[in-house]
Amino acid sequence: MLRFLGRRLVAMVFVLFSISVLSFLIFFATPGVDPASRIAGRNADQATLRAVRKDFGLDRPLPVQYGLMMKKLFITRDLTSFVNRGAKVIPQVTEAAPVTLSLVLGAAVIWVVFSIGMGLVAAVFRGTPVDAAVMIVGLIGISMPVFWLGEVVNLLTQSRFHDTFLFSWVPPLGYTPFTQSPFGWFKSLIFPWLTLSVLYIGIYARVLRSALVDAQEEDYVRTARAKGLTERRVMLRHALRTSLVAFVSLFGLDFGALVGGGALLTEVVFGLHGVGKLTFDSLQNLDLPVILATVMYAAFFIVLANALVDLVYALLDPRVRHA
Amino acid sequence: MPDALLEVCDLSVSFRTENGVVRAVDGLSLSLALGEVVGIVGESGSGKTVSMMAVMGLIRDPNAVIEGQVLLRGRDLMQLPRNEMRLVRGGEIAMIFQDPMTALTPVYTVGWQIAEQLRAHQAMTRKQARARVAELLAEVGISNPGRRLDDYPHQFSGGMRQRVMIAMALSCNPSILIADEPTTALDVTIQAQILELMKRLQRDHGSSILLITHDMGVVSDLAERVAVMYAGSVVEEGSKADVFRDPQHPYTWGLLGSIPRVGRPRVRRLAAIPGLPPSLIDPPEGCRFAPRCPHRFDRCSVRPELAPRVSANRLDACHLDPAIRPSLRHRSVA
Amino acid sequence: MSETLLEARDLVKHFPVRRSKDMVHAVDGVSLEVHRGETLGIVGESGCGKSTLGRLLVRLHDPTSGTVRFRGDDITKLSRRELRPYRREMQMIFQDPYASLNPRKRVGQIVSDPFQIHRAGSREETRRRVQELLEVVGLSPHHVNRYPHEFSGGQRQRIGVARALALSPQLIVADEPVSALDVSIQAQVINLLDDLQDDFQLTYVFIAHDLGVVHHVSDRIAVMYLGVVVEIGPSDPLFLHPIHPYTEALLSAIPPIEADDEARRERIVLRGEVPSPIDPPSGCRFHPRCRYATEICSVEEPVLADHGGGRFAACHHPLDAKGA
Repeated sequence: MLRFLGRRLVAMVFVLFSISVLSFLIFFATPGVDPASRIAGRNADQATLRAVRKDFGLDRPLPVQYGLMMKKLFITRDLTSFVNRGAKVIPQVTEAAPVTLSLVLGAAVIWVVFSIGMGLVAAVFRGTPVDAAVMIVGLIGISMPVFWLGEVVNLLTQSRFHDTFLFSWVPPLGYTPFTQSPFGWFKSLIFPWLTLSVLYIGIYARVLRSALVDAQEEDYVRTARAKGLTERRVMLRHALRTSLVAFVSLFGLDFGALVGGGALLTEVVFGLHGVGKLTFDSLQNLDLPVILATVMYAAFFIVLANALVDLVYALLDPRVRHA
Repeated sequence: MPDALLEVCDLSVSFRTENGVVRAVDGLSLSLALGEVVGIVGESGSGKTVSMMAVMGLIRDPNAVIEGQVLLRGRDLMQLPRNEMRLVRGGEIAMIFQDPMTALTPVYTVGWQIAEQLRAHQAMTRKQARARVAELLAEVGISNPGRRLDDYPHQFSGGMRQRVMIAMALSCNPSILIADEPTTALDVTIQAQILELMKRLQRDHGSSILLITHDMGVVSDLAERVAVMYAGSVVEEGSKADVFRDPQHPYTWGLLGSIPRVGRPRVRRLAAIPGLPPSLIDPPEGCRFAPRCPHRFDRCSVRPELAPRVSANRLDACHLDPAIRPSLRHRSVA
Repeated sequence: MSETLLEARDLVKHFPVRRSKDMVHAVDGVSLEVHRGETLGIVGESGCGKSTLGRLLVRLHDPTSGTVRFRGDDITKLSRRELRPYRREMQMIFQDPYASLNPRKRVGQIVSDPFQIHRAGSREETRRRVQELLEVVGLSPHHVNRYPHEFSGGQRQRIGVARALALSPQLIVADEPVSALDVSIQAQVINLLDDLQDDFQLTYVFIAHDLGVVHHVSDRIAVMYLGVVVEIGPSDPLFLHPIHPYTEALLSAIPPIEADDEARRERIVLRGEVPSPIDPPSGCRFHPRCRYATEICSVEEPVLADHGGGRFAACHHPLDAKGA
């Protein structure tokens, strides 16, 4: 197990290093992209450009530039934005990260719970109207775009029915830190959570249902029934447990991507200043240090999520552990 | 015939499909006495597995229609409420399956899986269950059972997994063991080990066994009575010696002639049965075997009943006059 | 003795084990000859290397070392192009009639593919030949436009046989050709293979785990254990009076059918299971399970020794084969 973890750790560091080099090269060494002109402004003269280059170290060889960049990003942590001069990048990311993490974690809990429930119900009642109904509900969830659904939710909770007893408790758009007020945090996030999770509930319920239906045909599920176990136990302990493998790998990918900034639309619709929003804004301004920082942040979570998936695999399936 | 422990009366299992109704089991009657080993032989599609799944209440296909009676000590299992039937499964009737490689859940230790069955049927603490599991594993010949029970199925070979399955099946002292092709997936030397084990356990526990197989040798080895199935019902039944030495049904003749025998000098040609088994969607009227039977005559358009035609304990479903059967048989069996 | 069609010398095939330096010794030094017109049976339990050997013989695998000669020509080192003419002469039939036929192709296409691949014959000739072939294997010529899934297992195996026969090969290596079939259908296919052998003067290498089937079809039999041939010889003597203790145990393990009194002998239940082919036992590979094993067996690997009558066995304590 330790060797397994060690191997994963080395692989993670290597992947992150490669991503940092790659994104650095894309943003700083691509012909036609001159960071200096970005910083200096549209109509800067040659002298200013030279000064800017010297100032930001952009006249040094590429490997040195890369080293400087990484040093500022990870060691001195004083990398500054090219656009808002003087604004430090790291605090921007560390401010945005809790927002995104709160959003995605909460949504993930909801979508895992609901999709497992719906998948189980559909599989147990396979071929009956219950199955069809659950799957149609899932399909509706998949088909609703997040930005549209979010706006509808906002319309209902923030204006149309805001003054009724139903939604009068809903706070205005924005984020309340957990440390400030746990209940306020919850209230500010409950609708973003639901909105974000709807799509995933649909997808995951379908994935789980088909895995469960396959599992029902497995010999070991037949054995479990022949042992005289209750149907409930057969489903939960034998069919569900082995069906979770596909579920978990999908979850790892999606979770990593969302934490890395993939929840952009939800963040924008609900006025949450998370990593997605930050990345989006920095891309708009081509603010290279911020882009680099958010890319590294995203990569870190995606790689971490993948490593966790492998770990969960090993926990779920002893065959992986012993391989 | 002694008092029947299990009696299957006119059991039918059909499945509604897009192409029509598949009559997988079509009027199967069979009985099993206390301590008796009955072998059911037949080729794939003869309905032998489906019928036993029906006996166990394991057919869950919503398109399946099951009719007939399955009497366990006089109690009709078909009428049993779900929860009582659950206790019959694994408690009074246990089952082992063909492929030991896939029959155990891969993510739990074998000890856990056996204990799970014990605790589903008997009030037991974890510790008691664990001790009992170790005993059971030792009984089926797994060395070092105290340690092995913490191993996962993939850490066992096929033969060892089948031993685990047997230990699990026997864990609640069932009165009946249904063994569905228990050695088919195993190599012949491992098969020999499992057959010896099953014989010993049968002797020690006195359990009744319903053995399903296509392998005449395996039936010969374990069973006392043999029922030959074709296209969903029994065509011939009798003691092992009678069925193998003096088979009455032309299908049995063909089956025995089809098998290359070891231990006899080579024959020039196998007496194959021509044609294919009939479609179960639209089975031939009358005798199901008639289209492939070299001895069919006009009466075969009426379906023959399984009845004693030769002697009281010899059942067959064939219109041929018992007096002329031996001479016909010599022409078909090499 | 008739002419040697195929000859294997010291064939070895090792497969690397993923993520380790270990090797699976699938075939570990096999020498044998196949004579023109005979059926050589190869038996053994799963993992003994019989399938790998079959594939080596027609060069579907490249051997780690050793040679295969077909009509005296060494085919082990030939390039794909150079191998082509030999491919026409050596065909293979596989176990699973469900998996070895392309489900998207019609039967006519499947059987005519070999003609296309080897650019043999005009379209009209090919069509006629395909119909002939279907008839030869007992299918109806108007089955050409059907797909494999429309056939039963036995019929699919007949399609596989027709495909193998297409280019009139000399040698057919059949790997478990009937083990997926029910006994009554199995008998039909065995009889078919038998007839084809007579009609087309075919030579068969027949690989199977079912001893009864192998005994029935084979003129000579090679018994394999853990990558090596432990005994080889004419069928009846080998089955009635085995020389190698493994052959004896294998035969005694088959449960006899009630009426076969003459087959009723003491059942030798072998201890344990076949050891791992990654690290086969020293000396005689069978010694850990052999009831006759002595010290020498764990030290010295026995060679295939001549026991007369075309019989060879690799054992330090050969059983008395006087009855032969």
